[in-house]
Amino acid sequence: MHARADAADTAPNWPDDIFATLQRFDVRQVPYVPDAGHSKLIQRVLGSSMMRGIPLTTEEEGVALLAGAWTGGQRGVLLMQSSGVGNCINMLSLIPILRFPFLALVTMRGEWGEFNPWQVPMGSTTQGVLELSGVKVLRASNAAEVPAVLEAAAAQAYNALTPTAVLLSQRLIGAKVFTR
Amino acid sequence: MSKANLLDRRQVVSALLANRKDVVAIGGLGASTNDITAAGDHARNFYLWGGMGGAAMIGLGLALAQPELPVLVITGDGEMLMGMGSLATIGLQKPSNLSIVVLDNEAYGETGGQTSHTSAAADLVGVARACGIADSRSISTMAEVGAFAKAVHDLSAGPRFANVKIDSASVERILPSRDGTHIVNRIRGDLGFQPI
Repeated sequence: MHARADAADTAPNWPDDIFATLQRFDVRQVPYVPDAGHSKLIQRVLGSSMMRGIPLTTEEEGVALLAGAWTGGQRGVLLMQSSGVGNCINMLSLIPILRFPFLALVTMRGEWGEFNPWQVPMGSTTQGVLELSGVKVLRASNAAEVPAVLEAAAAQAYNALTPTAVLLSQRLIGAKVFTR
Repeated sequence: MSKANLLDRRQVVSALLANRKDVVAIGGLGASTNDITAAGDHARNFYLWGGMGGAAMIGLGLALAQPELPVLVITGDGEMLMGMGSLATIGLQKPSNLSIVVLDNEAYGETGGQTSHTSAAADLVGVARACGIADSRSISTMAEVGAFAKAVHDLSAGPRFANVKIDSASVERILPSRDGTHIVNRIRGDLGFQPI
């Protein structure tokens, strides 16, 4: 059995703040590869009549999907875990070339009390990979700052076409706990 | 390399787009994007010069955003193999206005003609069908191409997938614009969207 230190038992409210911001910015397509840290937000998206949650087999699919969505007049947001950022690298080249609004919400692994060493290499390079690929990085480390960080990220992504990723830190989400 | 009874890629794409009406056409990285150019430049052509493996997903995003428009992805076997997981994603979403055509020459024609997985083992029609795209066809005649071109306009019965075995002969390079922002904004403008 896998469980989060806090998220599983005491459902946090910050995913509701994220959902409200996405709703206000008229986000319609929400491609995702599941992560425990995104589970509440994914539930909200799948329960929404305005947003379409789109499960992916790999995260790079979501980058291409958002390019198509924008060409067809819709905004989207990509939800993934930090390991998924590595899967996206070549497809991120579409963003400056096609110039579509790109917002990704990345739940972090491999930091802040990580148990699993296999998560550490990609978790350690997530921010660097995004920045080298031309994506601005913002970070939320506690629940109180989530609304302001999301507002800034969505505003610059959708209004200024500044490719942006928000790293939702493992400190915010709660380090994953492994129990037998 | 050339085998008997294989179709000519330019004839196939010309037939697919001959009566295109409001179709938005996406050409995958490689010769496919040149093929849709050869059929005639169009404000609703999406030319890809990169992002290998992404053509079908761009089609999905467009099809979900514009459910009243037929969206047609035309790509090659190598490009489709790289984005094979997207067939599972599309099979789950089932956008009824999305059609995908693979021009299958069983080779990576742009990089020296190295054989691809479809030459001996991979069956993309089987993959598409097994991913939930019920209307998945193997096409070997121009009559079947014509029937598929008509079906593209039926917005109630997709998604659909076709694999067309084509001749691997090289054809004249007819190159579209390489300015991705121009290409996207031209489609958006034609669909009635204003610049930001």
